[in-house]
Amino acid sequence: MPTLTNRAKPVDRRPMTMMEKMYLPAIAKGMGITLKHFFTKKVTVQYPEEKRPFSPVFRGLHILNRDEEGRENCTACGLCAVACPAEAITMEAAERKEGEEHLYREEKYAAKYEINMLRCIFCGLCEEACPKDAIYLSETFAPSNYKRETFIYGKSDLLIPDPKKEPELYQQALGSRAKREGKKG
Amino acid sequence: MVTLAIDLAFILEKFVLIAVIIVISLLVALYTTFGERKVAGYIQDRYGPNRAGPGGIFQPFADGIKLFMKEDVIPNSSNKFLFVLGPAVAMTMAMLTSAVIPWGREIELFGRTIPLQIADINIGILYVFGVVSMGVYGIMIGGWASNNKFSLLAALRGASQMISYELAMGLAIIALLMLTGSLSLKTIVEQQSTGWWNIFYQPLGFLIFLVCAFAECNRTPFDLPEAESELNQGYHQEYSSMKLGFYLFAEYVNMFISSALMATLYFGGYDIPFVNDAALTESIGTNLMALLQTISLFAKVGFFLFFFMWVRWTIPRFRYDQLMKLGWKSLIPLALFNMVITGLIVLIKENGWPF
Repeated sequence: MPTLTNRAKPVDRRPMTMMEKMYLPAIAKGMGITLKHFFTKKVTVQYPEEKRPFSPVFRGLHILNRDEEGRENCTACGLCAVACPAEAITMEAAERKEGEEHLYREEKYAAKYEINMLRCIFCGLCEEACPKDAIYLSETFAPSNYKRETFIYGKSDLLIPDPKKEPELYQQALGSRAKREGKKG
Repeated sequence: MVTLAIDLAFILEKFVLIAVIIVISLLVALYTTFGERKVAGYIQDRYGPNRAGPGGIFQPFADGIKLFMKEDVIPNSSNKFLFVLGPAVAMTMAMLTSAVIPWGREIELFGRTIPLQIADINIGILYVFGVVSMGVYGIMIGGWASNNKFSLLAALRGASQMISYELAMGLAIIALLMLTGSLSLKTIVEQQSTGWWNIFYQPLGFLIFLVCAFAECNRTPFDLPEAESELNQGYHQEYSSMKLGFYLFAEYVNMFISSALMATLYFGGYDIPFVNDAALTESIGTNLMALLQTISLFAKVGFFLFFFMWVRWTIPRFRYDQLMKLGWKSLIPLALFNMVITGLIVLIKENGWPF
């Protein structure tokens, strides 16, 4: 019967030769292979001490952005919440008062901004929807916890550190995103 | 009236020796479990356990504590007495063999010369075989008392496997005994200290002994009694907590003892290679010499333990009919052949026949 594909291999049904019946040569060969593996470099990544670098396009935890003077970009327009397919984002808008110009960039800001990390699917559509470059996805993921409540991230969890007050933490939070943008510009 | 002269110091010395050897074999077995996991890891390109303590050296203690903390389940339908007896027998029989193995020549302490062997009995090898055969009962009793089909099947497999391979093992040893002319392990080691190691006289015998030792210890490729793909867990399916621990532990003690036995019978025991033992004893004293000899023996044992693991993580398990075929149709004829050839050579040598 002709085979349908050319991948079929006839099975070798010849009886074992004397050499093969002795098992020992084959066993010695196998032992050689395992011994070689004994001394090869191990592929394990020792996780807590050593972390795998994420891809530069990795979509992790969200970060609410500030501008160079440390003012929040978000205007609570709600486009991210609308774009979110998992409905993970909720927010409450508030009007900027006199004397708060150093805190918020525009007249309207998010008084409350919450993302439920258990609902979020990390698709990045919020980042795409945002007209103010106020939200982006960073290169970390949500740490595990025993309680569901802790996965609802508020503004205190999401806001990037102030570039004026804590420049080092700000740079750290930017991660390789800063480098990428540096290359672009 | 007959007064029996009881040497109290002698009894004390033996008790201390027994205690020390039991502690050492338990410790070695404990760390063999750790070594096994490490070797498995390294062979599979991983690191193995390395979190508990530096390099993971406290891992066996963590495992032990875990086993002790687990709930100890005794199935309702089991035979309770035998169910408890099983692991106890397995463990005891594993430990018993160490009594006749010479761990070193002798030490001098408080003006007494103490041989580093619990009992130098003149039927040492027979004793070893007797105890090893008793080891089957641990598996048999455990498997039967569990009242579980898988356990029973595993126990039957274990029993028939051990009985089959004991034959070939015994025949391999007989050829060795023809050369040494003694059943005492101490004498065998002494002969090897002065002359060549027995491995050079009995390479085929050693090979047979090695294969049979794997089968007797229920180690891969002969771990049919615990073939998890066919019998779930085998004879310790129903066991939990430290009873399971004892079974697993007995396997490692067995491994240690059979490594020691192989080193003793074929690799010169505590003999230090390339060294004239008598001359060295003169120069550095008996006690230091005994230490060196023990280290030498443990190095050999360590190599065999590694070999056990190395084989386990290389070779897949035999099918049951293949196992029986190998035992009865290959190893026993080979052992018989080896015996006949050895007997012939011994005969020629003793009679000085000129051909």
